[in-house]
Amino acid sequence: MTTRHIISLLLENEAGALSRVAGLFSARGFNIETLTVAPTHDATLSRMTIVTSGTEAIIEQINKQLNKLVDVVQVKDITEGEHIERELVMIKISTAGLDCDQVRQIITEHEADVVDQQDDTCVIELLGNSEKINTLIAAMAQYPLLEVVRSGVSGIARGAEVLSI
Amino acid sequence: MELTGAEIITEFLKDEGVEYVFGYPGGAVLHIYDAIYRQDAVKHVLSRHEQGAVHAADGYARSNGKTGVVLVTSGPGATNAVTGIATAYMDSIPMVVITGQVPSPLIGNDAFQEVDTVGITRSCVKHNFLVTDVEELTETLKKAFIIASTGRPGPVVVDVPKDITGFKTEYSYPESIEIRSYTQFYHPPAEQITQAVEMVRAAQRPVLYTGGGVILGDAAAELSEFARMATIPVTNTSMGLGGYPATDKQFLGMLGMHGTYEANMAMHNTDLLIAVGARFDDRVTGNIEKFCPQAKIIHIDVDPSSISKNVQVDLPIVGCVKDVLSDMLVLLKQQPIAEEERLAPWWSEINEWRSEDCLAFKNDDGMIHPQHVLQELYKVTHGDAYICSDVGQHQMFAAQYYKFDKPRRWINSGGLGTMGFGLPAAMGAQFAHPDATVCTITGDGSIQMNIQELATCKEFGLPIKIINLNNGFLGMVRQWQEFFYERRYAEVTLEAQNQPDFVKLAEAYGHVGMRITNPDDVTSALEEAMAMKDKLVFMDFIINPEENVYPMVPAGAGLNEMILV
Repeated sequence: MTTRHIISLLLENEAGALSRVAGLFSARGFNIETLTVAPTHDATLSRMTIVTSGTEAIIEQINKQLNKLVDVVQVKDITEGEHIERELVMIKISTAGLDCDQVRQIITEHEADVVDQQDDTCVIELLGNSEKINTLIAAMAQYPLLEVVRSGVSGIARGAEVLSI
Repeated sequence: MELTGAEIITEFLKDEGVEYVFGYPGGAVLHIYDAIYRQDAVKHVLSRHEQGAVHAADGYARSNGKTGVVLVTSGPGATNAVTGIATAYMDSIPMVVITGQVPSPLIGNDAFQEVDTVGITRSCVKHNFLVTDVEELTETLKKAFIIASTGRPGPVVVDVPKDITGFKTEYSYPESIEIRSYTQFYHPPAEQITQAVEMVRAAQRPVLYTGGGVILGDAAAELSEFARMATIPVTNTSMGLGGYPATDKQFLGMLGMHGTYEANMAMHNTDLLIAVGARFDDRVTGNIEKFCPQAKIIHIDVDPSSISKNVQVDLPIVGCVKDVLSDMLVLLKQQPIAEEERLAPWWSEINEWRSEDCLAFKNDDGMIHPQHVLQELYKVTHGDAYICSDVGQHQMFAAQYYKFDKPRRWINSGGLGTMGFGLPAAMGAQFAHPDATVCTITGDGSIQMNIQELATCKEFGLPIKIINLNNGFLGMVRQWQEFFYERRYAEVTLEAQNQPDFVKLAEAYGHVGMRITNPDDVTSALEEAMAMKDKLVFMDFIINPEENVYPMVPAGAGLNEMILV
């Protein structure tokens, strides 16, 4: 059975580390839904979050193969425990000739914000888990969507569990 | 002391105990070659093609366990090395490849002889580095040697831009260095070892299936002691040959696609498969759905990602095979039990499969048969030669008919299957063992893929004995076309009139050439060649053109569904 997993990595903040991870997924035919990476408070380390899906055996291989990469310092499948998942979306729509009240209602219902408003366009922003974001995008699909920009998922374990060296 | 980057490289290699560097010069490595010229501690072997240099370093590493070292230039130097690097990667061979790179300011500008070496080699190395600062050079080289030679070994590429080799900095040799993201050792887990020994004791039909990990992990002695104490039959993968003495009564031969009947039948019928340093390659398992249907599986491997990759196992044990087998032996010795009696029914079943004599072959039709050549080679060399094989039918004949009693004597490209490997690998083995008999087993297809290395052999006086099993075909492909494509021999015929005269070719390179066409001359010709201790002898055996390798498990079949003859 295929399940969705969020895998967090600490990797050396070095040129090429990202391509080693990306190359591993493509070379071995593993699936990537989203991938985000940024430096941490320790400048020598980057934190990466990968959302992937696969059978139990494939997820086990993904974890093992990631661990085998020399630039990867720590690997943790945070979906194994209680965790927080966040993604940011920004949606630009064309507002020309729209019923603005109706749009505002959808924005309020989904707890999204308007972060830019111009004569003919506006940008809506929402922070949440992927499901919440999917729901907003689906609700907005009836309007002329100009751009949908998703950050990809970042995740962190709840409680005392930390990914560190 | 203050040295240039180039001098740091040669000084470091000396301090690291490197005896030979196999390489080929070029623009981006001129500083390094100048530094090599100005010292004599590290010897350089000039190949005639970068691929030859990498295979030679590989053969050196396989035959003596040390890390092979290669030096090539940027661009085409690096791309020519890639096949050799991939070959070493697939077989987990410790190797450090230093590649020149265009000067740092030119990187990314499509400069002359520029390729993204780190990008191109990423998927066929254990790790690679681009050195961006001369201050990091020493540390990077040390890391490369540590990563290449520890855990599951593998090739590491260090890409060094030309300007870095000209800058100066302080040098001192680091004895050790910490790499926080790299796990070198796994301690064998006691609980799993106890459980494994219990499973061994409970098994009625156990089999030890062992691979290259036993050779790389120097665990042949432990494997033999363990197998004998528990009276378990042993089969080797192609990479594992020599890990257990082939002349021992508990040895079943190689398993897999061209494995013996007894080995494959034992695999099919076993109730406990103990996999040691082997990775369940598709050439070994056949159809995975039909693989070892009745067996519990214990898998001992230094690489966690090898475990449950192709076949789900019941008991994984991550650790050096030497340590794990030693720990299991301690437990076995504490409570010896009468294994021999308990396993007697299993052995009588195995002996029945053995009586099939699956490696028997016809040898009375006036033609030279490759099996016969290998059998005679085994006798003439007293089973004590380093046998470096190319890839194809001859490789399988060598694996089947030369009995390897010691590890590191059988050197072949098992994983990648690289034609052209045999001759340069033999050069490396001969450098590692100057007084030993080193043979290349090859065919008329493979030998022509790195034939230029005959010149390197001449330069260094390497007395390699080349056994060319010349059938006028790309034999293994032809065999598949015969079996599975109704004998439509597409592009596999190397007709005699289009072939080089290999005797003259050997002579042109300054070596001795021999052509053998009569089966009665096989033994005397081998004896004559081996007696020429200081000469490379190219023996061109004209063999039965349509010889097939048997037994054979067709692709997609189970191990019990072999074609016998």
